[in-house]
Amino acid sequence: MNNLFIEAKNATAIKLAEIPLLSYNTFKGALLEATKEDARHIISLFVKQNPISAPTQFTLYAIIGDKEKHAFLVTSTGVGYEYPSLSNDLSQLSWFEREIAEQYGIVPQGHPWLKPIRFHRSCHIGHDAWDRKETDSIDPCVTDYFTMDGEETHEVAVGPVHAGVIEPGHFRFQCMGEDVYHLEISLGYQHRAVEKLLMNGPTLASQHILETTAGDSSIAHALSYTSAIEALSSQQSKPSKASATLNTILLELERIANHVGDLGALAGDVAYLPTMSYCGRIRGEYLNMTAELAGNRFGRSILLPFGSRLGMNVAQAEKILTWAKTVKADLDNALKLLFDEPSALDRLENTGIVPTEAAKEIGLTGSAGRASGIANDARVDYPLPALGNSYDGYTAITNPSGDVFSRALIRYKELEASHNIIFKLLEEFIAEGKSLDAQTDYLTALPELAADSMAISVTEAWRGELVHVAITNGNGRFARYKITDPSFRNWFGLAYALRNEQISNFPICNKSFNLSYCGTDL
Amino acid sequence: MYWFIYFLISLVAAPLLVGIINKVKAFFAGRKGPRLLQLYFDIFKLLKKDRILSNTSTIIMEICPIVNLTAVVVASALMPIAGYPSPLGFEGDIILFFYLFGLGRIATIFAALDTGSAFEGMGASREAQFSAIVELVIFTIITFLALISTGGFSLDLLLDVSITNTGVGLAITPLLLITLAFLIVLLCENCRVPFDDPETHLELTMIHEAMILDNAGPDLAIIHYAAALKLWTMSGFLVMLILPKLIINGFVTVCCYIIGIIVIGAFIGVVESILARARFVKIPQLILSAFTIALIAILLHSIFRY
Repeated sequence: MNNLFIEAKNATAIKLAEIPLLSYNTFKGALLEATKEDARHIISLFVKQNPISAPTQFTLYAIIGDKEKHAFLVTSTGVGYEYPSLSNDLSQLSWFEREIAEQYGIVPQGHPWLKPIRFHRSCHIGHDAWDRKETDSIDPCVTDYFTMDGEETHEVAVGPVHAGVIEPGHFRFQCMGEDVYHLEISLGYQHRAVEKLLMNGPTLASQHILETTAGDSSIAHALSYTSAIEALSSQQSKPSKASATLNTILLELERIANHVGDLGALAGDVAYLPTMSYCGRIRGEYLNMTAELAGNRFGRSILLPFGSRLGMNVAQAEKILTWAKTVKADLDNALKLLFDEPSALDRLENTGIVPTEAAKEIGLTGSAGRASGIANDARVDYPLPALGNSYDGYTAITNPSGDVFSRALIRYKELEASHNIIFKLLEEFIAEGKSLDAQTDYLTALPELAADSMAISVTEAWRGELVHVAITNGNGRFARYKITDPSFRNWFGLAYALRNEQISNFPICNKSFNLSYCGTDL
Repeated sequence: MYWFIYFLISLVAAPLLVGIINKVKAFFAGRKGPRLLQLYFDIFKLLKKDRILSNTSTIIMEICPIVNLTAVVVASALMPIAGYPSPLGFEGDIILFFYLFGLGRIATIFAALDTGSAFEGMGASREAQFSAIVELVIFTIITFLALISTGGFSLDLLLDVSITNTGVGLAITPLLLITLAFLIVLLCENCRVPFDDPETHLELTMIHEAMILDNAGPDLAIIHYAAALKLWTMSGFLVMLILPKLIINGFVTVCCYIIGIIVIGAFIGVVESILARARFVKIPQLILSAFTIALIAILLHSIFRY
C-alpha cells in the first residue's frame, strides 16, 4: 500500500513530486481497496491542469481520510479529456465527477447520471462534457431530470425563489399523492467562480474571498485557509497556546450559533413557537460574543496566518465566560421545552431516515453523518495544528437512527460539548493571565510559499469536514485551490432522506441538514 | 334587536379574534407580537391594492372569494344567541349552517384548482380530504344535539342545551365531551395548529394557505376576513354549547357571549403555543378521535337518560 499513497497530516506541506502518479487502473484499484475500510473515506477528488511539458494534460488527485492514522492518503493519476467513470463502483464520487466534467470538460465515461452541478462553462474553450457550443446559453438548472409517468403521478417544482429568506436552489419532487418517490436537487444560482478567483494567489483578497464563500462558515473557511498558508510557508513557528485557544473559541462559537439557529428553525417548522422565538434571540447572543472578539458578528478577517488581527485580553475572556454561562442557562431551558414536547418529537422521529449503510455509500460528513452513526469528526480525526490541544479527550458524538430527530439530537449534544470546551479554554486562559497580542502587520504580511507543494487542511466546520487543498506552482503561487464544502457531500443525503417520505415533511428534513447553497455553488 | 346588535358586533369584531390568538402566542414565545388590530390594518392595506390574477386562471378564480364570503356571512347570520333566535332561522337550519361553510370551502378549492399551480392543487386535495372526515364528526355532534333538544331542530332550539337541560352532576359529562369534540372540529375547520399552521411560509406543508397563494389585493382581504368571521362564528357556536342559559337582560347576554368568544380565542392561542403541528398522516386519526368522543357522549347521554 505504501507505494500507492503518500501520507500527509492535516495542514502539512508535501512535495508534489512525492505524490504517487499511478496508472489509471492501479489508481482505481487502490481507491476501491482503500475505501473498503471503515476508518477511511473519500475527502476530495479533483483535477489539476498540468503545464504543457507534462505527459498528460490533467492530474486527477484523490484524497482519502484515514482516521486511525490521523492522516490523509493522497494519490494521483494522469487523465486526458475522458476516462472511465469511478462512480459506478464508488457512488460517493458521483458529484465529484460531475464537478470535474463541468470544470474541465473531462468526460467520466459511463457515469450513471452525468449532469452539470453549477451551470457554467468549462475552463477549456472548445471542451464541454455535454458538447454545448460557445454560442449556447447556459442557464442554471436547465437540464434533464428524472420523470415519472402515470395517471396519479405529479411533479412539484420548488424554487429557485423560496417563500422564506433562504438561498436560491431548485428542487424537483416526483410524487404520487403526498408521497415523494424521488427528489432531485439542482443548484448553481450562486456560482461566483471562487476557485478561479483564487488562482495565482495568495493575494490580500484571498482570505476575504474564502470567508465569503459561505458566510455562515466564515471562521471555518478562514481557519482552513490560514492553516494551509501556514503549512506552505517557510516560516516554521508553532502556534501559541493562546492563539489556539482563540481559534477554537471562535470556531466553536460559530458552531454554537448555527446549531442554535437550526434547532430554533426546526421548532418553527413544526409550529412549536416558544423554542423558535427563544433560539432566534439566543443565536444573536452568540453572534454578539463573536463580535466581541472579532469586531463583527460572523468573525470575518479575525484569523490571520500565524496569529489574529485583534488578539484577546483577559478582561474579554472573563466577559465572554460570564456571558456564555448566562446565555447557556436560557438555551438549556429553550431546548428542554422542545425535547420534552411529545407532539414536536413525534414530528421529528422516524422522519427522513438515512440509514448508516446508505450514509456511508453517499459519503455523508459532519453532524449529518454522525446522526446516521458515522463516527467521523475532523476535530479528533485530523487534529489541526492551529487548534493545538483544545480537543484532547473529545470523542465524536454519534447516534445511529439517522432521522430528523437524530440530526437534532446531535446538535443538542454538540452544543453541550462545545460549551464545555469554551468554558474550559476560557478558564485556562484567565488562570494563565496572559493576553494574546494582536497582529499588526496584517496588511502587508503575505508569507512566501513553498514551490510545487500541496497542503491539505481540513476543519470540522459546523456542517462537517471543510476541505481546502492548496497546490503551488514553481513560483509558490496557487496553481489550484480546491474547496470541498461539507454541503457538497451531503446534498444527496437530503435527496435520499426524502425517498418514500411525505412531501409535507420536506421542510423539516431540509432544515435538519441545513446545507449551504453558496458553499456548494462556489 | 339584541340579535342585530350582536350580529353587527360579530361582523366588526371578527378580525379581533385573530389578533387575540396572535397576542397570546406571542406572549408564550416571549415576543411582543403583532398589534391586536393588525388584521384590520392588513385588510385595509389589501383592499387598497390592485387585483392581480394569473394568466392561467378563469372567472372561477374571480368569483370564488365572493362566494366564500357570502356563504360565511349568511352562516353567521343564522347563528342565534340564547333567547334571541336569528330572524333567518328555520326548522333544520343547522344543516344549512354547516353546509354554507362547505360551500365556502368548495369555492376556495375550485379557485385553488383554477390556478393550475402544483402547490394549490396539493392544498386543495388536503382540504378536501380532511373536511370530508370532519363532516362525520359534525353530524355526530348534530345527532347529539337533536337527542338532547327539547324542542325542534332549528339552531336556536338545538343550541339551547346548556346545563339547565342536562342537569348538573354526572349528567353534564356528555355535554362537556361534545364541547371537546366540537373544539377539535373548530381547530381543524379553521386551519389552526395542530392541523394546519397559519404562520408558516413553507408551501409544501400548507393546507389553507397553499390554496390562496395566488390571491392578491382585495381578493386576499376578502379571504382573510371570511376566515376570521368563520372562526368567530364557530367560536360562538362553542360558547353556546357551554354557557348556561342567561336571560337576565339582553345587554348582559351579548357581553357574556362576546367575552366567551374572546376566552376561546385565548384558549386557541394557548393550544397553538404548547403543541407542535401533527404530521399529515396523523390528522385523520385526530379527527376520528373527535368522532369517538362525540360517539361516547351520545352513549353516555342514553345511559344517563334511562
